[in-house]
Amino acid sequence: MSQNTYRRPAPTDQPPYLHPPYRSTVRRAPSRPLIFLPHTLSETSGPIFRPDTVGETENDLTRQHSGEPHGERIIVTGRVLDDNGHAVPQALVEIWQTNAAGRYRHAKDQHPAPLDPNFTGAGRTLTDEHGVYRFTTIRPGAYPWKNHHNAWRPAHIHFSLFGPAFCTRLITQMYFPGDPLLPFDPVLQSIPDEKGRQRLVAKFDLANTQPDWALGYQFNIVLRGRESTPFEK
Amino acid sequence: MTTPSQTIGPFFHLCLTPQTDLGSLKGERIRLVCQILDGDGMPVNDAMIEIWQADAAGEHGGFGRQCTNEDGKCEFQTVKAGHVNVMIFARGLLKQLFTRIYFEGESSNASDPVLALVPEDRRGTLMARPNPEDSNLWNFEIRLCADSETVFFDV
Repeated sequence: MSQNTYRRPAPTDQPPYLHPPYRSTVRRAPSRPLIFLPHTLSETSGPIFRPDTVGETENDLTRQHSGEPHGERIIVTGRVLDDNGHAVPQALVEIWQTNAAGRYRHAKDQHPAPLDPNFTGAGRTLTDEHGVYRFTTIRPGAYPWKNHHNAWRPAHIHFSLFGPAFCTRLITQMYFPGDPLLPFDPVLQSIPDEKGRQRLVAKFDLANTQPDWALGYQFNIVLRGRESTPFEK
Repeated sequence: MTTPSQTIGPFFHLCLTPQTDLGSLKGERIRLVCQILDGDGMPVNDAMIEIWQADAAGEHGGFGRQCTNEDGKCEFQTVKAGHVNVMIFARGLLKQLFTRIYFEGESSNASDPVLALVPEDRRGTLMARPNPEDSNLWNFEIRLCADSETVFFDV
């Protein structure tokens, strides 16, 4: 059955549950060791999203209202691969973010920055046969939070992905290169390995920058892949 | 190397739309209410629970997701199965938690290979229990961080 099981990430690739500098982990992280679960069909199958799950314009967050949102227009694109290097087609990718001023359109966001009537901040799309997705949006803003004195979240876009199986599900955040807040953010810094942290920082992408229109950023995502078998290279 | 996980944060509701009815699955229809409590026993009112029930072939299944309310609760309409696969996302969880829901009193529990991996004194944390006044309503409590915490799996 090894061809049906998924490789487990190395402990340093993923953040721990308990990371006290991020205060909310302290009363929410499990305190007892996890129990190792050999993969069964329950873990190696998952929901399938058909093309009609998403509307054609849902990947353009700048076209969801009558007017244009404020802010710097950007294109965020990349490939979803598994850790065997294979494209993950038809993966549902959902994103949410603040507006350019650093405010979420959410009742519980009390940051006194203006809402933008022309920006909701939610998008979704499916990857194509090469695992490629593409969003047009605006660059989100940094915002303060109460984690510690003078705590600010760096600008980020939340990403939610369904791969082929329940156990490949991933929710993460994309950050922007050169952001001076990155070294001070306990959420990003919870990832033990510097290479892992760098994976969450998008690259400026001149090739996908659209002249006279929008800056391009590239953000590739690697999901867990199947354990290889003797029959597979 | 896989892409690292990050917390879902408290503001996902604006994007991740709920799906509470698992629809076409065959079996005894039930309402399944999950409640999440933190290490202080306080309701976790900003979590998202996803559930997945695969059929025997793994080709079809039922998927649901829902955010918890002010009481830390959310409800699904589904069918009673051998087990329900559960993922929990929340502010303060840097990566999702995996657990399973079994149904108290089911004869299949005794021979379930995954339950057999769980120390006997903790198996009760994986049991949904029927509401005494409504046998179609099952309750499942998830305790995140306590001596009596729910069993979570390394998946």
